[in-house]
Amino acid sequence: MGKVIVVTSGKGGVGKTTSSAALGAALAQNGDKVVVVDFDVGLRNLDLVMGAERRVVYDLVNVIQGEAKLTQALIRDKRLESLYLLPASQTRDKDNLTAEGVEKVVGALRTHFDWVICDSPAGIERGATLAMRHADVAIVVTNPEVSSVRDSDRIIGLLDSKTAKAEAGERIEKHLLLTRYDPARAERGDMLKVDDVLEILSIPLLGIIPESMDVLRASNIGSPVTLADERSAPAIAYFDAVRRLRGESIPVTIPGEKRGFFGKFFGRKAA
Amino acid sequence: MTAVLTQPRPIRLKGRSYLALTLTPELPFEDWLVRLDDLAGRSAGFFLRRPVVLDVEGLEIDRAQLRDLVGKLGTRNVRIMGIEGARPSMLGADLPPAMSGGKATGDIEEPAAAPAKEAPAPAPVESAAEMPAAPLPTTGAPTSLVVTQPVRSGQSLFSEGDITILGSVASGAEVIAGGSIHIYGTLRGRAMAGTLGNAAARIFCRKLEAEMVAIDGFYKTAEDLEPGLRGKPAQFWLEGETFTAGSIA
Repeated sequence: MGKVIVVTSGKGGVGKTTSSAALGAALAQNGDKVVVVDFDVGLRNLDLVMGAERRVVYDLVNVIQGEAKLTQALIRDKRLESLYLLPASQTRDKDNLTAEGVEKVVGALRTHFDWVICDSPAGIERGATLAMRHADVAIVVTNPEVSSVRDSDRIIGLLDSKTAKAEAGERIEKHLLLTRYDPARAERGDMLKVDDVLEILSIPLLGIIPESMDVLRASNIGSPVTLADERSAPAIAYFDAVRRLRGESIPVTIPGEKRGFFGKFFGRKAA
Repeated sequence: MTAVLTQPRPIRLKGRSYLALTLTPELPFEDWLVRLDDLAGRSAGFFLRRPVVLDVEGLEIDRAQLRDLVGKLGTRNVRIMGIEGARPSMLGADLPPAMSGGKATGDIEEPAAAPAKEAPAPAPVESAAEMPAAPLPTTGAPTSLVVTQPVRSGQSLFSEGDITILGSVASGAEVIAGGSIHIYGTLRGRAMAGTLGNAAARIFCRKLEAEMVAIDGFYKTAEDLEPGLRGKPAQFWLEGETFTAGSIA
């Protein structure tokens, strides 16, 4: 049985879709079977970030409504043969997601894949609550600024009360992924410090992804950043996050705080 | 905010709990309304002047169906004061507000059919007045609440007794207690103690970053808090009618 991960945040634009694609690709690079599911019905983006927008025929809503089989809707990545995408529908809206339908689809995916990554839409409405509903693990994507942190806190509250695990009296495993971390702005003090974010949210840190042009460049060419440039700073940070997700214990380095060769290397990449 | 405050007397915010009758409708609503009419027919005026809460938890209905049901109840003189268990998307300005945190009390007895038969025609208001008062919740010692998890933004905790929180209270979260509130982490949200009229209640926190604190209806917002206490261990209490803040020695 595979693990179901929800990538969620509450706030929009913090990097959920980028992180879903990057983590999915990084997990699949080790040979694990991975499916990334886009739950943002009506505003799908994951197909673009993964470079599969021309290959979408059927989608999540078609599967839920019985118009297509799961195998028909799954799109295999052209670069990694163990990476799959289940796209969202762009023409329907979130009301087409039903609790029973989502449960069935996630249950089926869980038996076929090692990792099921659910890319949640922003907000706390139906789409977001259904994306987190059957998760074993939650990755809370947060930017180091107050509104994103408060929204993440709200989402953590929902993860602890509205998920199937929480309702069964179990605890859902939660990890913080701090994205768009800008070392220069952190140095000037116009960004929340890592320690402050950790103190407010009080969940374990999975990784810190530096703000970088590499991320934008990768999504423009339709490639997860961990595939586009494996040596880039954000890719390295995502690979480390995946190792921690697998249970390895490796220390988190705060971008910009490391001086010397790597500091300069990262600094130039982030420019 | 252009009005100038000439009177420094603050508005007092107080909590109060009431016993409300709860109706739990079942689908299909037509059949359920028939049964309700049957009950109302045997005891005229049963629902008149009573606060009624509609519990729709777990019902797969949309906003239109809910509004329709509230309307149909309205024509039967059943006035709904609040709705429990509805998704936020189902509610709006045209529907009663959402209620949560209700506690069950005993079943409210439906009245004997006899008096209604004696007064058949239009005296429903009087028969309502004759009805025995609804049973009050049993008043034992108020229970305290101990929370071992952080209180997250958007969450609201209530206890008639004391509340002890081992973690932090997030910005946008609120803690409401009939007694005192003890927070062993940082208070970033709102804390309201002594809301059931207990002026001796206090609020304690290990680190003060609160949005608002209140005791027995007297309150202070973040802007009025002593700047010297910000980020430090603090406590609040009432001295007469003076809201007092101090450090914890």
